[in-house]
Amino acid sequence: MTLASPSDFQAPQQSSPNQEGPRGLQPEGWLRYLSFSLDHKVIGLQYMVCGFLFYFLGGALAGVIRTELASPISDFVSRETYNEVLTLHGTVMIFLWIVPVVNGAFGNYLIPFYVGARDMAFPRLNAVAFWLIPPAGILLISSYFIKGGAAQSGWTAYPPLSLTTPALGQVIWIISVLLLGGSSIFGGINFIATILKLRRPGLKMMQLPMYCWAMLGTSILVVLSTPVLAGTLILLSFDIIAHTGFFNPALGGNVVVYQHLFWFYSHPAVYIMVLPAFGLVSEIIPIHARKPLFGYTTMVYSIIAIVVLGLVVWAHHMFTSGTPPWMRLFFTIATSFIAVPTGIKFFNWLATLWQGKIALNSAMLFACAFIVNFVFGGITGVALAQVPFDIHVHDTYFVVGHFHYIVYGGTVFIIFSAVYHWYPKFTGRMLDEHLGRLHFMLTFIGFNLCFAPQHWLGLNGMPRRVAEYDPSFTTLNQVSSVGALLMAVSTLPFLINVVVSAIRGEVAGDNPWNALTPEWLTSSPPPVENWIGEAPLVTHPYGYGAPTDRLDLQVVTAEQIWNDRTP
Amino acid sequence: MTSLTSGTGDIAQIASDLDTAGHGHGGDDHGGHVDVRLFGLATFLVADGMTFAGFFAAYLTFRAVNPLPENSSYELELLLPSLNTLLLVLSSFTFHRAGRGLLRGEGPACRRWLAITAALGVAFLAGQMVEYFHLPFGLTDNLFASTFYALTGFHGLHVTLGVICILIIWWQTRSEGRIKASAPFGLEAAELYWHFVDGIWLVLYGILYLL
Repeated sequence: MTLASPSDFQAPQQSSPNQEGPRGLQPEGWLRYLSFSLDHKVIGLQYMVCGFLFYFLGGALAGVIRTELASPISDFVSRETYNEVLTLHGTVMIFLWIVPVVNGAFGNYLIPFYVGARDMAFPRLNAVAFWLIPPAGILLISSYFIKGGAAQSGWTAYPPLSLTTPALGQVIWIISVLLLGGSSIFGGINFIATILKLRRPGLKMMQLPMYCWAMLGTSILVVLSTPVLAGTLILLSFDIIAHTGFFNPALGGNVVVYQHLFWFYSHPAVYIMVLPAFGLVSEIIPIHARKPLFGYTTMVYSIIAIVVLGLVVWAHHMFTSGTPPWMRLFFTIATSFIAVPTGIKFFNWLATLWQGKIALNSAMLFACAFIVNFVFGGITGVALAQVPFDIHVHDTYFVVGHFHYIVYGGTVFIIFSAVYHWYPKFTGRMLDEHLGRLHFMLTFIGFNLCFAPQHWLGLNGMPRRVAEYDPSFTTLNQVSSVGALLMAVSTLPFLINVVVSAIRGEVAGDNPWNALTPEWLTSSPPPVENWIGEAPLVTHPYGYGAPTDRLDLQVVTAEQIWNDRTP
Repeated sequence: MTSLTSGTGDIAQIASDLDTAGHGHGGDDHGGHVDVRLFGLATFLVADGMTFAGFFAAYLTFRAVNPLPENSSYELELLLPSLNTLLLVLSSFTFHRAGRGLLRGEGPACRRWLAITAALGVAFLAGQMVEYFHLPFGLTDNLFASTFYALTGFHGLHVTLGVICILIIWWQTRSEGRIKASAPFGLEAAELYWHFVDGIWLVLYGILYLL
């Protein structure tokens, strides 16, 4: 690996290019977003735009799936194409959309602000991590056009299925996922180093905004689990290319070992996708409810508990793989335990909202909907952890419904919430509230219409990943497809909003939400190196409002911090 | 608010320890901050170690639950690998001597020890090659053979990269090079990496040859 050279650490600190005045340095034009920029804000937005492009692609693939499933027979695409589409949909959405955006985009943009640094610990490694993603994505998509087509074995690539489907597409899939895994690991190393080592002097760990803790936990999971997936996929590629028999039962291999190694990454991957969303929602809710984040310390403990437990629950994906009883028992208990820290976070968000002065704008609507969706996905998750129930619904649409309630109803809702919340910081302009609410309504209704019926379908035994189904499932599937159509339509107001508002949106000012977290205590968009002059020391990022019966409690407003800071 | 942010207990203690650790910056001077490159490398090595951990777990599970077919060959000679182990352990010490030499300003001694370390690494790789050519099984013969080649091969790749790093450092430690007593990062990083590869070999030797 290439470690950054000494100049990476010192150059941004020593040079101070912005001498033009207090609000100085404006962006140097959009071309830098196509360059190998070392600025964490540019890299963050590169992740964001790139991720959204892949989101639209993955959404189109989902549209193909729901169109096919609108009727019980296989009539829209061929069965092979259906398999390719569902594999690409899963891979694109997980590895090219959610993981890069909720970690890479927001992490890179916000973490240096939150720790009071001028950039990430390893700016060059950071740029490398981003620039691994577009080639990996293009490689993955290109496999659709080669002889034999793209991988058909789902995002899990279970052998022996992945050994019997066309080899070339599967190998390209592996290479692509390895590149994306590498990108993820480099990003994780960078976040850990930045959060632990680059904090502004005087800023304590327990004073950091919650997103820092979430990203620290996430990055630890990335660093510990992603390499295991990489190693596993290398062994799988040996099986495909060199005809070894690691996972091939016909050659004396063992498929269950693949499943263990795969889920050792891919269960923590769920937390890699959702923990940062927990962090982001913990930033968004206090600002728009004008209340301190409830139970900061318990939030931190919960994240640590989720990280630790998240590493020892993977085999609950394998209850039907001949898992021995003691293993089932252990993994059921460990999985059920995760509900405790997750529940603590859930009630802390509710308590933060409680008696707050809530502004129900688009960001807050998405954040509140996240809480609702996530608790529903969490309940079905605890249900799935119970062996007897899991055996009944294993590999059915119940799992599909549960999973999408977590990653779409959970993480994607928060990504949208975060875009509405931080867009003024990214661009200096506000997003349109009317379009934002329209976007929210369409997304919320479409999402629930699409995925709630899938729980019924699964309980009644409709298997996932199959292009055809029993005609008795038709009505609910059509409801689900209508929901998917609504979700597709819902992206239109969003797209129009982000494009039009960038040009003629209302000018936001530095701190439109009167927030206290450090990224709002600089200009919008922020200058290179984040602050003119010294970084503000924010020790109470959630010091909103004062209870009327405790007027002695000193409340610091963003305005005061700004005024104290600027001479 | 204060009561919400100031936690008590173990995590809070760890967090406050981390705070002290993070304050090596030197007062309010933002002209430069702590050099975190070795920390970053160590984090990367944790990740790399997890790749090996995955391989080891796979190997041990295969061993426990997948009996090899009868009359399949999986016997390993112990002499050459043990000699190789010795070479690799020795090379960790020689690398350490090189590092000490650099910090003491003894350039020629440092470079001599580096050369010896590289030679030991090459000797290890050569020994590995000899073993490969004399083994009675090939990559696809049976599960043990495949795992054996995958594990030793992946480790050998690490040794090869290490040797290349040492040669680059050997070049950079010449008197007009970039690595010197005041800027020893390259050498320290390679040394950390080399010790890591050495440690991995000891585990590998233990479970593959001795177990």
